[in-house]
Amino acid sequence: MNLRAVWAIYRMEMARAFRTVLQSIVSPVISTSLYFVVFGSAIGSRITEIDGISYGAFIVPGLIMLSLLTQSISNASFAIYFPKFVGSIYELLSAPVSYLEIVIAYVGGAATKSILLGLIILATASLFVPLTILHPFWMLAFLVLTAVTFSLFGFIIGIWAKSFEQLQLVPLLIITPLTFLGGSFYSINMLPEIWRTVTLFNPVVYLISGFRWSFYGKSDVSVGISLGMTIVFLLICIAIVAWIFRTGYRLRN
Amino acid sequence: MPSILSISGVSKTYATGFTALKEVNLDIQRGEIFALLGPNGAGKTTLISIVCGIVNRSSGTVTVDGHDINKDYRAARGLIGLVPQELTIDAFESVWATVNYSRGLFGKPANPGFVEKVLRDLSLWDKKDAKAITLSGGMKRRLMIAKALSHEPRILFLDEPTAGVDVELRQDMWAMVRRLREDGVTIILTTHYIEEAEAMADRVGVINRGEIILVENKAELMRKLGRKRLVLELRNPLTAIPEALSRYALELSPDGGQLTYTYDNQAERPGVASLMRDLEAGGIQFRDIDTQNSSLEEIFVNLVRREP
Repeated sequence: MNLRAVWAIYRMEMARAFRTVLQSIVSPVISTSLYFVVFGSAIGSRITEIDGISYGAFIVPGLIMLSLLTQSISNASFAIYFPKFVGSIYELLSAPVSYLEIVIAYVGGAATKSILLGLIILATASLFVPLTILHPFWMLAFLVLTAVTFSLFGFIIGIWAKSFEQLQLVPLLIITPLTFLGGSFYSINMLPEIWRTVTLFNPVVYLISGFRWSFYGKSDVSVGISLGMTIVFLLICIAIVAWIFRTGYRLRN
Repeated sequence: MPSILSISGVSKTYATGFTALKEVNLDIQRGEIFALLGPNGAGKTTLISIVCGIVNRSSGTVTVDGHDINKDYRAARGLIGLVPQELTIDAFESVWATVNYSRGLFGKPANPGFVEKVLRDLSLWDKKDAKAITLSGGMKRRLMIAKALSHEPRILFLDEPTAGVDVELRQDMWAMVRRLREDGVTIILTTHYIEEAEAMADRVGVINRGEIILVENKAELMRKLGRKRLVLELRNPLTAIPEALSRYALELSPDGGQLTYTYDNQAERPGVASLMRDLEAGGIQFRDIDTQNSSLEEIFVNLVRREP
């Protein structure tokens, strides 16, 4: 295994994050704080509690998930799309690096950034609302699994995209709506029966529900199903990435 | 001399249906400077990209120092350094960071002393902390070379290395290529500048429409395919070429003062002696005489034109 190459790519990706610290870290923290001001204080003051949890605390896992999903996708998709766009991908393709090493380095870098961001948002949230984390191990497990899965998904988008517009297409038109409708700001049990059933087709519901359970021990769907769905999505992404590298799709053709 | 790179029956057809390479066979000898010449779209960059692992081939085999580029890609690619045609650098990285990144990517342990030497050799040491975006075009080209040399390759591909660079940098690069060759590095360069091949290459390959149409020792090529010109400065200008000399391939300058005879120097009877006799018989006197060899550029143009 070419560990030096993995480290070189990973370090380069992390350096990019710290170089663009305003965009990478500060901006999501500010926008999350705004969510707290709007949903937690302004609107949340009119909602007492959900499932016995104060509304401000209830939305924290959803907000972290919202950032985690969008940032994982955006970090990983940009990381591989940018070298494609400027042409510097030639160096990666001509280096003695295996597909697995490329994925570990890029997805590892993107996931690390979004996990750090999730933890920063968690710390920021604790300034606004009192937080309890009943299952810290599972909280971290969901955080890492989701970050890795959606970084892989972002990696796929980055390879598929032929333009910056396409790069933004999936996160803006699919992921953000799914996250908003996935129970970030409400419990799906609050929905009418028909919409509750429809919502169950949204994979993000399972991520948020499982993550919220790790905080408060309450969930919309069973934790086992949440975990299972996350792992299924992870396996699908791994299979697609393996196919991309086997065929050279939009990389070596 | 054993070959360090062996290309056998390599073809490439892109998804669009365009066939960029047709059954290419080529052996590059260890330690030589090989110039691959060809017009735009001939398949030069595709061939290099296949050897370096950037583009998948449709068929054929490629081995680098005995290592198959697919089955043993790590060993094969580790031997190769590539300087692509386009200036493609992460613009926001510093010179130092991007060269060290390249070295790490090829699995080499950090060696600040070696990277410093590479940067100094390429006159980039003063710019080591500068971001790539702030460098001039020539500096960026040097940086691309520094990146390619950072992992100490044994084969260096230079794809149009001097396209758009000034004369001074071109001379520097030629000197650098010669130094590398002295260190045993095999160099394969593609170029539009025929004088570059003429000045540096040991062997020349010509590719056209995806096919290698010729591989030859440069001196031998120029000897075999070269044509010579005999230029006569006339004592008295002519208004037209006399009828008696019509069987020779003669050209008269517009002012009528210079007569040029082009001939094949490999021909059994180049016709120079008989031309001299006929000139004397016709009373045409000359005050000076000069002979010139055709350049590699003329040879190249002739070869490519000859193709159907």
